[in-house]
Amino acid sequence: MTLSNLKQSRPKPKKGKINWARNQEADYFANTVKLYRQGKYDADSFRRFRLQHGAYGTRLADDYAMVRIKLPAGEVYPQQLEKLSQLSEQFSIGSAHFSTRENIQLHWVVLEDVSEIMRGLTEVGLTSREACGNTVRNVMCSPTSGVCPDEKFDSTPYALATARFFLRNPMAQNLPRKFKFNFTCCEKHGMVRMVDVGLIPQTRTQDGSTQKGFKIFLGGGLGNKSYVGHQLEDFTPEEDLLYTSIAVVRIFDRLGDRKNLARNRMRYLVADMGWEKFQNLVLKERAIVRATQSVVTRLNVDDTPQEIKRPIRISDESGSQNPDGYPRWLKGNTFKQKQDGYYSVFIAQEAGDITSNQLHALSEIIQEFSGEGLARAGFTQNIALRYVHEDDLPRLYDQLLKVGLAKSGSLTMAAPIGCSGTTSCNLALTNSHRLAKEIQRKFLELKLDEDDDLRESSIKISGCPNSCGQHGIATIGFFGGGGRVEKDMFPNYMMQLGGRSDGETMLGVSSLRVPAKRVIPMILKIIELFKENKKPDDDLKSWIHRVVNGVDDSQIKTMDDLKKILTPLTLPPSITEDPDFYTDYGSDSSYHTKTGKGECAA
Amino acid sequence: MCSLSQEKIVGATTNVDSLRSEIRDKSVRVIDVRREEDYKQNHIPTAVNLPLANLLSDDSPERVLKLVNSMGIDDETSVVVYDDTFGALASRVAWTLEYLGHNDVSLLETTYSKWKSLGLENDDKIPEIQTKEHSLKLRSEILATADYLESAKERKDVILVDNRERLNYLEQHIPGAISLPYRTLASNDKILRPKEDMKRLLDNRGISGDSEIITYCGSVGTLSGLAYYALKSAGLPNAKLYVRSFKEWKSLSKPTEKQQDANYWDLSAE
Repeated sequence: MTLSNLKQSRPKPKKGKINWARNQEADYFANTVKLYRQGKYDADSFRRFRLQHGAYGTRLADDYAMVRIKLPAGEVYPQQLEKLSQLSEQFSIGSAHFSTRENIQLHWVVLEDVSEIMRGLTEVGLTSREACGNTVRNVMCSPTSGVCPDEKFDSTPYALATARFFLRNPMAQNLPRKFKFNFTCCEKHGMVRMVDVGLIPQTRTQDGSTQKGFKIFLGGGLGNKSYVGHQLEDFTPEEDLLYTSIAVVRIFDRLGDRKNLARNRMRYLVADMGWEKFQNLVLKERAIVRATQSVVTRLNVDDTPQEIKRPIRISDESGSQNPDGYPRWLKGNTFKQKQDGYYSVFIAQEAGDITSNQLHALSEIIQEFSGEGLARAGFTQNIALRYVHEDDLPRLYDQLLKVGLAKSGSLTMAAPIGCSGTTSCNLALTNSHRLAKEIQRKFLELKLDEDDDLRESSIKISGCPNSCGQHGIATIGFFGGGGRVEKDMFPNYMMQLGGRSDGETMLGVSSLRVPAKRVIPMILKIIELFKENKKPDDDLKSWIHRVVNGVDDSQIKTMDDLKKILTPLTLPPSITEDPDFYTDYGSDSSYHTKTGKGECAA
Repeated sequence: MCSLSQEKIVGATTNVDSLRSEIRDKSVRVIDVRREEDYKQNHIPTAVNLPLANLLSDDSPERVLKLVNSMGIDDETSVVVYDDTFGALASRVAWTLEYLGHNDVSLLETTYSKWKSLGLENDDKIPEIQTKEHSLKLRSEILATADYLESAKERKDVILVDNRERLNYLEQHIPGAISLPYRTLASNDKILRPKEDMKRLLDNRGISGDSEIITYCGSVGTLSGLAYYALKSAGLPNAKLYVRSFKEWKSLSKPTEKQQDANYWDLSAE
């Protein structure tokens, strides 16, 4: 018997404990689509219904939907990935897309096939329910929760319990607008101050015992107008977590703006009312919620310790067969967990796109390498494999490389975010998606993923002023628009600098409009200027931070100094000089800004 | 299972167990449409080899008739076809036999790889075949030509189905066609979904009832051949295969349509 025959003895893949699906929803959706096609359902009601079930409209094409599948707390199990692989091949374009909110999206799905996807999801306990629409959207959790060296405790069980509490909950079916919860591990991994409710686990010692709780931030959010969230109180004990969440949702439901679509996220309510008033209201509402629950309402937090089992090794070969790329990959794609001997490995595909075959391969790789038997979607269109034993890393690298999942620099500036842009979104003005891919290719070509000075920085791109690409919290962020020279239009981006989402969260400061075809030279120029002017222990992020705050003491002291140097790069050539300048990435016809209606606020 | 009826009802697919017992009873002609070198290594016992490329090199009825005769198939022979390409190549061969006027032909419900992974019998013996005489009664009602399609697609009771992948469809398709990628037709380990599943899927897409359904794909009618059998399996026999498919359509400079204003290709991961 050869060694490979032993492979068949691999244990069954681990399954999720929570079934997010409901069988009957697929039939119901199929029937509703039929009624709508027969004209028995008006377009507005149908759109609301469709969004409630996770099917979003597609760019200038009524007959297609994008199906957004929630991965609550980012967790995804091998059989689920296998099913997603199959569904993407059958009903989408042979690939799927990781979003920035731990969803996985299938694009260009025929509306009539959406129910078939829902049926498939039911088989593996996943749902697209309330992934769009005016509901509590997917509850996120940091992909490093549970393994982060700086966290107080693992917030994953709380994120899952919160997702479970609000999913299909009548109180969250018709909010003024979408509503988002982000749980994280620590300040550094962030993302809690730019969301409706952001939570960082905390502990405090009282009467000799340690109490679990959270730092809760409210009223942040990225969008056409972005705000940084406010901390509710010093410490919110865990038993108050649900009451606080209910209180905030209730206030938003009652007082949120239901008329002005452009201003109905909770952050506008907080901004209009003023933080102190809003804060008081939440604390009062929480007291009422606590006092008026007729039965004890608690989050169903399952914190039984996770079973970690290093998968049995079949072969004893060690070391990578591809030693050249291995150190580079190890450096830019992995980090050491707090658990001794284990690493988390981040996989970043170009702008979050992954093929059906790769999803299938990933399902196998998880079973072979992850001690926890599942994967975690991240905040940046990526996915993490955790509890990989350090001795297994070289072999894992080989496996990932074989299926094209070993792109270097997933944890560095070389993995930019790009929203879907004009590839499928109704609102998009530019092909932000392709631009992110082009930047990544350039960065990897120049080996910028290996540059320690750039590691903590980020590039994020949205195809319009709305912030699906999270440009507002990028070191260098871009959002799309159109530029014009006389009658000729060209794709153009507003560049924002210095955004961040950690303990010192701030929104990027608008600087220059950069034509799409000049974005890459612009980024490289900024890196060059940084190298010329940096101090010994600077990185790009800290240098830009000083410049946007006007406190640097090199020759570039302020944004204005920087802009002066960069402006020449933004000047458009004439169309006869450079016709390519007037086209967007991925298109050889002349640029225009045709858009459809957004559905975020339906 | 024992069937009392005289008339044999031919399904779109034959299941593994039935085929094994038919092979034991010597009551079936099995056609392996893989490449010759693959066939020579091993195949389902008693199978003859007809590589698709061989058929396509000249699929005029006269030549096909000769091929069929040489495989020992007459009007009464029960034929089962298999491939290792999710049923698409087998479908094209099976359809060609049907077009010639052969009634009793179906597809093996699964692929050869799956057959082998189930540990089922296979060998490398090349069977001795006695030539037979098949009649020639062309069934033109299951064939769509470009000219036919051009006028038929304007009719309300005709549904045109494009079985290529979604991205190809978005890029360019015959006006009025609906997109039903071939991958949609299969289930986990079968080349076609179970009947009820298939019916529901097609019904959702408005493919049902008495409509005449014309399928096409990229070039030689393989993917759309599979769709032809998918329709048959769902009890929709009024189907035609546009066997020369989109390749011919384009070469004739007939009108095409595309999804405008979206960079969908950039969303695909390579």
